[in-house]
Amino acid sequence: MKFDRAAGQNPIDQLHVVGHPLDRIDGRLKTTGTAPYAYERHDVVPHQAYGYIIGSAFAKGRITRMDVAHAKAAPGVLAIVTTLDMPALKNGPMNTAKLFGGPDITHYHQATAIVVAETFEQARAAAALIETEYDHDEGQFDLKQAQHAARPVQGANGSRADRVGDFERAFSASATRLDETYTTPDQTHAMMEPHATLAAWEGEKLTLWTSNQMIAWNRRDIATALGLSKENVRVDSPYIGGGFGGKLFLRSDAVLAALGAKAAGRPVKVALTRPFIMNNTTHRSATIQRIRIGTDRDGRITAIAHESTSGNLPHGRPEAAIDQTKLLYAGANRLTAMRLAVLDLPEGNAMRAPGEASGLMALEIAMDEMAERLRMDPVRFRILNDTQVDPEKLGRPFSQRHLVECLEHGAEKFGWSRRNPRPASVREGEWLIGMGVAAGFRNNLLTKSGARVRLDSQGIVTVETDMTDIGTGTYTILAQTAAEMMGVCIDQVRVILGDSDFPVSAGSGGQWGANNSAAGVYAACVKLRENVAEKLGLPPAEAQFSGGNVHVGNSVFPLGQAAHESELVAEDTIEYADVDKRYQQSTFASHFVEVGVNGFTGEVRIRRMLAVCSAGRILNPKTARSQVIGAMTMGAGAALMEELAVDTRRGFFVNHDLAGYEVPVHADIPHQDVIFLDEVDPLSSPMKAKGVGELGLCGVAAAIANAVYNATGVRVRDYPVTLDKHLAHLPRMT
Amino acid sequence: MTSQTIKRARFPRRTVLAGSTATIMASGVPFAEAQTQVSEGMDVTFEVNGRAHSLRLDPRTTLLDALREHLLLTGTKKGCDHGQCGACTVIVDGQRINSCLSLAVMHEGDSITTIEGLGDPEHLHPMQAAFIQHDGYQCGYCTPGQICSAVAVLDEIKSGIPSHVTKDLLGPMEHSGLEMRERMSGNICRCGAYSNIAEAMAEVAGAQP
Repeated sequence: MKFDRAAGQNPIDQLHVVGHPLDRIDGRLKTTGTAPYAYERHDVVPHQAYGYIIGSAFAKGRITRMDVAHAKAAPGVLAIVTTLDMPALKNGPMNTAKLFGGPDITHYHQATAIVVAETFEQARAAAALIETEYDHDEGQFDLKQAQHAARPVQGANGSRADRVGDFERAFSASATRLDETYTTPDQTHAMMEPHATLAAWEGEKLTLWTSNQMIAWNRRDIATALGLSKENVRVDSPYIGGGFGGKLFLRSDAVLAALGAKAAGRPVKVALTRPFIMNNTTHRSATIQRIRIGTDRDGRITAIAHESTSGNLPHGRPEAAIDQTKLLYAGANRLTAMRLAVLDLPEGNAMRAPGEASGLMALEIAMDEMAERLRMDPVRFRILNDTQVDPEKLGRPFSQRHLVECLEHGAEKFGWSRRNPRPASVREGEWLIGMGVAAGFRNNLLTKSGARVRLDSQGIVTVETDMTDIGTGTYTILAQTAAEMMGVCIDQVRVILGDSDFPVSAGSGGQWGANNSAAGVYAACVKLRENVAEKLGLPPAEAQFSGGNVHVGNSVFPLGQAAHESELVAEDTIEYADVDKRYQQSTFASHFVEVGVNGFTGEVRIRRMLAVCSAGRILNPKTARSQVIGAMTMGAGAALMEELAVDTRRGFFVNHDLAGYEVPVHADIPHQDVIFLDEVDPLSSPMKAKGVGELGLCGVAAAIANAVYNATGVRVRDYPVTLDKHLAHLPRMT
Repeated sequence: MTSQTIKRARFPRRTVLAGSTATIMASGVPFAEAQTQVSEGMDVTFEVNGRAHSLRLDPRTTLLDALREHLLLTGTKKGCDHGQCGACTVIVDGQRINSCLSLAVMHEGDSITTIEGLGDPEHLHPMQAAFIQHDGYQCGYCTPGQICSAVAVLDEIKSGIPSHVTKDLLGPMEHSGLEMRERMSGNICRCGAYSNIAEAMAEVAGAQP
């Protein structure tokens, strides 16, 4: 199905099932521990052996020798594969760092060997007996130092920067100016389920039961790495214990499980150990961001510039922290640019809301600072600088843009008028109280997505797609979509996900999953409806599907009757023409936060959080709300605690486990409120929905940082806002 | 350029602890042979979800791996294997523990309750039902640990066991949001379902979140 214009009225608009806050259909499995994750597939293949991966203990250089004799002789060991046994495996298009093979080491904890044994304990013990010799090179591990040698990243028009108007002239002529630099640290996904894969060979055919967000990418890239044809690879990933971008790509667990299984002649399962994950896999890169804003006397932005520097391995990509600044606020003179430094740290790559999450951490503090310089309320300052068109291409409108409504509605619900604009002026006992606001912004990406739907004689509808559910609620919203389209209740729908034998979907990432994969199911259901009508001898255009029946006029047929002779199967893919070129598609939010900062210790406690989101039709308000509160929680981590500490001498992330890398826990998070504006976006897809999973994160950290500033009067521009950064400057308490 | 060799210890500490240390070291038993002695295993009998199990296990096997890999009770999750995340929480003789931090052979005669013992998809425990109703989970991986912890936390409060945030150690203990959040803080949920989990627990406890 080609989507090339605004969606008209369609069966989804009935909202019998879609749009309702239904419980997750996979809830009973997840809450009873019966949903099977990758390392738990005891049922799928017999004689599974255990793999244990070890990695490089240095950051850069080459391995000269690996002695596996003792390890091979250890009890229970079935096979050992080392990186010296083969040349470097070929990367797919998504990976920067080499996953395995060859002597060269480009980052700490790069995988160097897998030991396969009868038991986990034997594999782990034997792995500790491998001796490795190496030559190591000097590396660059410090972004602050490396930024001076960073190279410009080409802008959209091939130049060193994207420009509109004359930024420098307008900035120097502006009535009020801000020129500040902000930093964000390296962050890690820290999903709860470690990367894990069970691999089994049947001749040349390889099956991976794994934990991956993007099944088709994973299948393609393991085929590339191992020199297989794609047709000989099956990937199955029905349950994924969190990803946040960390499981978008093929990783060493899958590669080494496959290599280990080949070598051992047995199915092999591998989970990356927790201390291995943070340096072996990918992370969100640190940034240094310079923001300049100039306004006229009334507070209208006349000049805005956002420049960001990040680091990565050679041929890696930058953290695109400038992206939102191209679209969020008006202003005739604009400059955005990125620089990329070469660092020999582990690979920087996508983490939830790549680009915007880091960019808004800086931009939305800058907006708060600017409002203060203008003596203007920060909500009003943002509203004043709203734009309804792409500020770089003024003839290009947004499909929908309700940022102003998010801000106004949020301010009213949160009680923003009670905020004292003078920092450090509200106290409750030993606590300094502050409120902060930030705008949230994240693009809505359209990408093709396929699905197959089956109808049996009992009227049961089965959805099959390689789409994944990483906690996002995919099972449930796809069931709702099929139920709405086929006129059955949700109990009549089965959803099977994550299998590469099924039609290729959008996959889970970039908050594109819900809208696109549901639209794919919509497209397949449109075909199935036609098949049903044809089987029943009804005019397809007139057939109504509801209550488990098909109606035309006074004729009523049970839906299952159409499949009486044999099951009906329909398959289709939603594909998009240029609607997203003609209309900028984005999602918007306002985030409001109240904090208390202990006047004696500097400890920050979040007291209240509210998000107001504008993201098209909300397919399931219960699961969508969970996406947003989860993202707000991750934003609390980004604001207050999350930071991979870089050992700039040895080149690795030191705090590479869940005790050293702090993420928010129960005690850190208060009750959270989420409001979705009641809207649909007919330009997004037939579902008229957009993504929310990343929007919920975008802006949160800055809202918290701004609230801390309002509480203390101490402006911290280097995340995370830990107490050591403001303690010495807190107002006198006595 | 520097050249260096990383030599892993020939006798990792856990091997030494697992075997009969003095004998191995003193008599110079070759390493592989020493390991073989370890691998013969130790016997342990405990009860899981009301059923007695007798296992012969490599003494290095954690309670977590005994459940997941030997009894195929995979509801208990391995998130970190280091006692940092709480995904492996089970209830042993009425007390919640991180099952990754204890060896299976330490549990002779113990009575262990896992998520599978609280309820199944057809017969949910009230806490499981409350998690579904309040959407107190997303990816589902920390969920069994959260639920085991939540059930145990309500019992701890009922039994008057104080926590870091308990104001009055002598008065009646409250199922307050603060108490529940504090006590649940060893169970990480990276999806960030905390606000909903608090509501699920409050409902089961008949209290305010």
